[in-house]
Amino acid sequence: MTEEVKLMKGNEAIAHAAVRCGADGYFGYPITPQSEIMETLMELKPWETTGMVVLQAESEVAAINMVYGGAGTGKAVMTSSSSPGVSLKQEGISYIAGAELPCLIVNVMRGGPGLGTIQPSQADYFQAVKGGGHGDYRLITLAPASVQEMADFVALGFDLAFKYCNPAMILADGIIGQMMEKVVLPPFRPRRTEEEIRTQMPWAVQGKTAGRKRNVITSLELEPAKMEENNIRFQTKYKEIEKAEVRYEEIGCEDADYLIIAFGSMARICQKTIEMARAEGLKIGLLRPITLWPFPTDIISSYADKVKGMISVELNAGQMVEDVRLAVNGRVKVEHFGRLGGIVPTPDEVLDAIKQKLL
Amino acid sequence: MDINEIIKPENLVYDKPRLMNDNPMHYCPGCSHGVIHKLIAEVIDEMGMEEKTIGIAPVGCAVFAYNYIDIDWEEAAHGRAPAIATAIKRLNPEKMVFTYQGDGDLAAIGTAETIHACNRGENIVIVFVNNAIYGMTGGQMAPTTLEGMVTATCPYGRDVELNGYPLKISNLVAQLDGTCYVTRQSVHTAAAVKKAKKALRQAFENSMNKKGASLVEFVSTCNSGWKMSPDAANKWMEEHMFAKYPLGDLKNV
Amino acid sequence: MKQEIIIAGFGGQGVLSMGKILAYSGLMENKEVSWMPSYGPEQRGGTANVTVILSDERISSPVLNAFDIAIILNQPSLEKFESKVKPGGILIYDGYGIHQAPARKDIQVYRIDAMDTANEMKNGKAFNMIVLGGLLKIAPMVSLENVLKGLKKSLPERHHKLIPMNEQAILKGMEIIKKL
Repeated sequence: MTEEVKLMKGNEAIAHAAVRCGADGYFGYPITPQSEIMETLMELKPWETTGMVVLQAESEVAAINMVYGGAGTGKAVMTSSSSPGVSLKQEGISYIAGAELPCLIVNVMRGGPGLGTIQPSQADYFQAVKGGGHGDYRLITLAPASVQEMADFVALGFDLAFKYCNPAMILADGIIGQMMEKVVLPPFRPRRTEEEIRTQMPWAVQGKTAGRKRNVITSLELEPAKMEENNIRFQTKYKEIEKAEVRYEEIGCEDADYLIIAFGSMARICQKTIEMARAEGLKIGLLRPITLWPFPTDIISSYADKVKGMISVELNAGQMVEDVRLAVNGRVKVEHFGRLGGIVPTPDEVLDAIKQKLL
Repeated sequence: MDINEIIKPENLVYDKPRLMNDNPMHYCPGCSHGVIHKLIAEVIDEMGMEEKTIGIAPVGCAVFAYNYIDIDWEEAAHGRAPAIATAIKRLNPEKMVFTYQGDGDLAAIGTAETIHACNRGENIVIVFVNNAIYGMTGGQMAPTTLEGMVTATCPYGRDVELNGYPLKISNLVAQLDGTCYVTRQSVHTAAAVKKAKKALRQAFENSMNKKGASLVEFVSTCNSGWKMSPDAANKWMEEHMFAKYPLGDLKNV
Repeated sequence: MKQEIIIAGFGGQGVLSMGKILAYSGLMENKEVSWMPSYGPEQRGGTANVTVILSDERISSPVLNAFDIAIILNQPSLEKFESKVKPGGILIYDGYGIHQAPARKDIQVYRIDAMDTANEMKNGKAFNMIVLGGLLKIAPMVSLENVLKGLKKSLPERHHKLIPMNEQAILKGMEIIKKL
């Protein structure tokens, strides 16, 4: 049977993919530009088909804590929001990371700070990859650059979250959320049965059955020596993730004199910049980090001796550029170009910036 | 008579509930929490629900409730227990789910979660221990602190002009269509303990009968925070707390 | 073959839905498509635009600096997008919404009096389909058959009875568009 090609928004693709990948629950609160996620789920009524629970919470704070609660019972649960709402979720995300629970968080970024604007932005990069909430923790951060990836990263995000008992985030933006493209939705896979949860997630809070010790989901440990042990365990896990889960895409890098580093919608725009540059005889390549954490440090580092310059193009004032600079450690010039506050640069604007800053 | 004769089963007049474990409690002598824990452990056991019960512990003195009652627990962020309980119950409808919260947790930082979980009619039990003070952090003013009552952050007594009025959150919750049972109990006398246990049992049964949200408030003492002996604290509670927070059912449908 | 199109006008004129139908029609022809709206709180009355790309190859940027075709339905949009039509490209405008005609000589300019025609047809809702008809006459990037299929895909079932009316409007648009 051929897969059916659909046309839909990135936000809608997330909702469809969530139902299809066997998610057990979604808890959210409306905010532009991502409200279509919950709207689509409510229209799909998955509680009548797969049994997935969908609930509109009273706030983003309540929603992320619902995710904490559900994840603690071993269920595949998720939430979504946009920048101001994701700020509200930070406390909960820190608790989820501290309790080592798997879950999926979607951030369809808009411009900030504060209430900011509803237009697209990538200014939550720091928040996503450097922590966001309190304490030493990391979020597995996936940056989709197409509607297809919005759909595909739901299952990938859940899989990574459960593999490492760690929260995963899809860090998208208003462009990817609102644009429509062709998408092949992932095949249906069933939700885990109670039995599967019991065997695969022995830590899950399911009611203490005879013969096992009680399960407690908590991030609290008042004994500093034990709390340090917990932290060392987290860091060991993060190292493992950094080793095994880096994902990126290279476009026209092999012969490039200059390298653009860009993620998400900005990477799409830069693809056109590259086409335009190559038509002018300029050999520019694009390296697109798909995982923002773990960051593709090694591959970027490997280009430091091959290219004459790099530019990190972002919808922010210069966030990812810091990680690019750390990767190349001074061996090559690294510039930044970005537009702020919801303005999206056009492909030619990026090319002009490259000419100005690098050539 | 030596000790072995005394501890013969036929001489047993009181037994620790099976679901209370042997971990030494961190609660102050005279605190109400221990008795309330015991009642919950007894009710769960008597209902035969040990394998189906999930408790949500708060931030506050009862943060370590999960160390004492031998069931599965999730520890909540401050005030968020009703949101956590909501998701657990929705995703696992056959489980018996309750939160255990203090006045600061439930009626200050977690007011929104309390109101909305109750208003949605979640089939959960909220156990609310109201001792009119923040015990864990060293005796600061709570939303339920009485007018004129001295705490670390109202050292000259709660002044309503500055701090507003004691919050009767149970009365508020009783107004909501989503609640089926809202009651105020205490555990300062044997008779009160007996009544309180019945109230808890009803609340837990309601949750399994899908009747909506039940809230059982325990008007309690904090003799350490109140800086009184346990006995004096009980007397002070009867005189002052019961006047503001009278015992009995606020709603039972 | 690639068509990079901007449709711009007031919110409520059916700008986004016209783009959507075009995108669905492209989908019916197995083309690569992207539909990128300007989104905002202005449901009615504010400005709205949508970038639609139909292509035989993978689409890189959904955000463009220049367009093969601009469909302009009000004056502010003309001021914003006239300069962004590629040399030799096409600009189609509705005469009702534009009081100062496009000035460029290096592009092909077409006028379609879709608002007046919709009023004559006593069907204001036909407006955007008349414009779409005009576009397809000038640049037949998708077949009428596939537009009708696309309509069926993009409209909720309860509105399928409106498809014959839409077809009529498209045909009318094909008739009335004229080159300047």
